[in-house]
Amino acid sequence: MWGSMFRWLDPYAKPETLYHLCGRLLPYLMGLAVFTLVLGNIWGLAFSPADYQQGDSYRIIYIHVPSAIWSMGAYSSMAIAAFIGLVWQIRVAQWAVLAIAPIGAVYTAIALITGAAWGKPMWGTWWVWDARLTSELVLLFLYLGVIALAGAFSEAARGIKVASLLAIVGVVNLPIIHFSVEWWNTLHQGATITKFAKPSIDPSMLWPLLVSLLGFALLLAALTCLRLRSQILMFEQHRPWVRQLVESKNGEQN
Amino acid sequence: MVMWRSLIKRELQLLGRQKADWLNPLVFFLLVLSLFPLGIGPEPGMLKQIAPGLVWIAALLSVLLSAERLFKDDYRYGVIEQLVAGRQGLFSYVTAKICCHWLSTGVPLILVSPLIAVLLGLDWQSWQVLIVTLILGTPVLSLLSVLGAALTMAADKGGILQALIILPLYIPLLIFASGAMEAAATALPYTGQLAVLLAFLLFALALVPLAVRQALRMNVG
Repeated sequence: MWGSMFRWLDPYAKPETLYHLCGRLLPYLMGLAVFTLVLGNIWGLAFSPADYQQGDSYRIIYIHVPSAIWSMGAYSSMAIAAFIGLVWQIRVAQWAVLAIAPIGAVYTAIALITGAAWGKPMWGTWWVWDARLTSELVLLFLYLGVIALAGAFSEAARGIKVASLLAIVGVVNLPIIHFSVEWWNTLHQGATITKFAKPSIDPSMLWPLLVSLLGFALLLAALTCLRLRSQILMFEQHRPWVRQLVESKNGEQN
Repeated sequence: MVMWRSLIKRELQLLGRQKADWLNPLVFFLLVLSLFPLGIGPEPGMLKQIAPGLVWIAALLSVLLSAERLFKDDYRYGVIEQLVAGRQGLFSYVTAKICCHWLSTGVPLILVSPLIAVLLGLDWQSWQVLIVTLILGTPVLSLLSVLGAALTMAADKGGILQALIILPLYIPLLIFASGAMEAAATALPYTGQLAVLLAFLLFALALVPLAVRQALRMNVG
């Protein structure tokens, strides 16, 4: 059943097809990402009302929450790509792992830095050993581990496989780490938007946040396409189609 | 089973001949523990308070240290390549390796725990809990360290890389093991933490050997 359900995806496992697909998607994704990010942030920073308790400093939420949510989203997508890459031995999925990892690491770093900047005026300290902060820090370490492991092998294809395995081990471990540190210590405010309950935020603040959230997701997708394209070119550099591509590009310039 | 027994025998013989492989981590463990009182002051009250975290961090580091060279020789001499090509013995090899790693690093830590209790001024109750957490926790340490060693086996830069990828995975263990000891020190119930440690052990025991086998296959390529 599974085999026939995903048969339509098969052509995209071919690096050349995927390269061109990413190339076609990239301008739309990037354009939409820039549009939604600009819209969400201007709306959030300039037009949404100030918080009754936190004043204007809460506005960092429009960067902090999307980057924190998508730092985890990026890790899940990386782990899914790793799983597909290892189980069905699809090379482009393995390359996607390496394409996503640095983007996710930067999202995690943004979430940590903006969190520290928000924590200073609100909690009076840059950093506390709170459960959510600690899980996010551990997430950053997991990303760095995957990136470092992939780079440690002289044979790049082998490094990527091993790093994919580590990404899967990490995703099994992540919930355990999360609940361990939760049990250990928590000070962070509860989640602002959840799927199952009414959000604890006014709609006038929620809408720009949702737009910003969409913007970060689109940016993640766009950057993944961009990086995946260069990964494909790097690993396929000796293939005829890449040579033809380079030659035709050179021909256009001359 | 015959294969497994002979692999265990081989590992134990190797450990008997290369005593530094299991003696050095043990000495390292005791050394790190004796550095802390020198660094932060010898007040017994303070030592007692930080003892749980201290013992467990020293244990993680020494187990990690011992795992670094775990597969290097077998990889260099082609043993692992043969096992991967042979399609039969790899899983037995992995489980034998994990068992012997625990016997050579986890068990000595448990055996020297009375000495730790004396050094850090632990009372009878805390010492008992320390032993239980070590019995439940050190096999998990061994499992994860073996996984780290397997992942980085063919890497050009081992050592610090292994620490980078495996230390984050130790965090839950550290939290619950030192949590149990802290609870015991303040006369609170600690069986909950011990149950969680046991759950970690069973979970890791079920999954880690499979991951290690896969990692070895990938490293041989």
